[in-house]
Amino acid sequence: MTRFIAWTVFLLGCLFFFLPLLGTAEFSLSMRREGYTFDAYRSVLANENFRATFGYSVVMALMTIAVGVLLVVPTAYWVRLRLPHLRPVVEFITLLPLVIPPIVIVFGYIRLYNTSSFLPLTGSTTGTNILLLFGYVVLALPYMYRAVDTGLRTIDVGTLTEAAQSLGAGWVTILARVILPNVLVAVMSGAFLTFAIVIGEFVLAALLNRPAFGPFMQLIGANRAYEPSALAVIAFAITWICMGLISLVSRFTRHTRAER
Amino acid sequence: MRWLGVLPFLLFVGLFLLLPTMHVVVGAFRTADGAFTFDNVLALNQASIINAYWLSLRVSFFSAMLGCAIGFAMAAAIVFGGLPRAIRSPLLTFSGVASNFAGVPLAFAFIATLGPVGLITVWLRTEFGINLRAMGFNLLSAQGLIITYLFFQIPLMILIITPALEGMKREWREAASVLGASGLQYWRMVALPILFPSLLGTLALLFANAFGAVATAIALTGSSLNLAPILLFAQIRGDVLGNPGLGYALALGMIVITGAANTVYIVLRTRSERWLK
Repeated sequence: MTRFIAWTVFLLGCLFFFLPLLGTAEFSLSMRREGYTFDAYRSVLANENFRATFGYSVVMALMTIAVGVLLVVPTAYWVRLRLPHLRPVVEFITLLPLVIPPIVIVFGYIRLYNTSSFLPLTGSTTGTNILLLFGYVVLALPYMYRAVDTGLRTIDVGTLTEAAQSLGAGWVTILARVILPNVLVAVMSGAFLTFAIVIGEFVLAALLNRPAFGPFMQLIGANRAYEPSALAVIAFAITWICMGLISLVSRFTRHTRAER
Repeated sequence: MRWLGVLPFLLFVGLFLLLPTMHVVVGAFRTADGAFTFDNVLALNQASIINAYWLSLRVSFFSAMLGCAIGFAMAAAIVFGGLPRAIRSPLLTFSGVASNFAGVPLAFAFIATLGPVGLITVWLRTEFGINLRAMGFNLLSAQGLIITYLFFQIPLMILIITPALEGMKREWREAASVLGASGLQYWRMVALPILFPSLLGTLALLFANAFGAVATAIALTGSSLNLAPILLFAQIRGDVLGNPGLGYALALGMIVITGAANTVYIVLRTRSERWLK
């Protein structure tokens, strides 16, 4: 009896998740009356703005990952090695982007870094791009920091550092050639999640007026019928690929760890 | 010297996380020329803004409640329900994906499914003659928004509560049944009290999660639904309320609400960790 209820609950839940996916896929294929076609996808892929905004978001995502890694790995390493009492504080700060709505953060940016401020980032295109990039780094911070910190937990930071130092390595060498390779898998899982988040992000890009994929999707959604579904399928596929890569990469670690 | 190692990080979060937030908080209490005032906050007391907050609170609350209940039921089904172990890991992986699948594409998915010409809407109408619209269902409404939010709320609940359910010790159940407790009594007097902080904490987290969501709402309803984050979005875009200071107060209100919900989550989480180790 309980097993019957459990199955019912589980299957009903799955139905709720499955139907919107089915609905989107079906809708994206039914641009013509006669039958299913890939016309909506063709139309989306042929759209110049699709390519431009998607390319822009991919570049932004990659740069977010690069800046995020440069910022988070040394910090998490240093906090573990030298400032362990600071860990709760740093951890709390990195969780703040989950607490403060992104729309509030970007509102702060617009008011704080406008043309008449001490750091007039919104005054130029490059400046706004940098501001958007840093905004994305902030949004990615909770995921990135947690991933890297978990990765650092599995290695003996102190011993590795001492060993490297006694061989004459400087801080940059230690970080780049000892610590980073050891936490690479953790960094990569943080990176894929960051990629998925940045690609679909809407609020920051829309309010900073940058031509990113998120605002493009919203615009298409307001003006077209079938293309939005095709875009949703594409976006969902990207998210899936990113998550698939995370689990692939983490399976990879288990393997290397077993060998040690 | 040791502090130098975290200086770049502190500088970065200071400039791009803490300072902007502080600026918003302080800005809520400042006039255009920088003098201290309560006027901005008091100006929140107008029908359209109160309605926006009220609608946001309701949507967040109901989507959190339903997300909690359904997510809990599903997690309980896979942990205690005797389902094959093999489905646990795919479900958790999917939950990881779906809990991040918010935003514009999610709105599209639901329009294609439950919208006026969506898959289910059309199917119900042609096969069974059920007209959802005539029955009062409209996807582009608070109801529709709640259903749409469930797509990321339920998976988030599953992700958070499954470890807690797995932490329930078999001994507790055995001890209860040795003392003559029925299954119902075990749940009422042992399991639920232990899980209660986790459940309430996750409810708060889901609430904050829904309250801050804006992309899904905008893509789903345009700006037709008067929600607090949509109002703030419109205010930032073009000062729709005719008072520049009001944006700060609106944002402050959002920080206060999500901040309170998250504080509840953090406090209750540390409590529940005492038991579920």
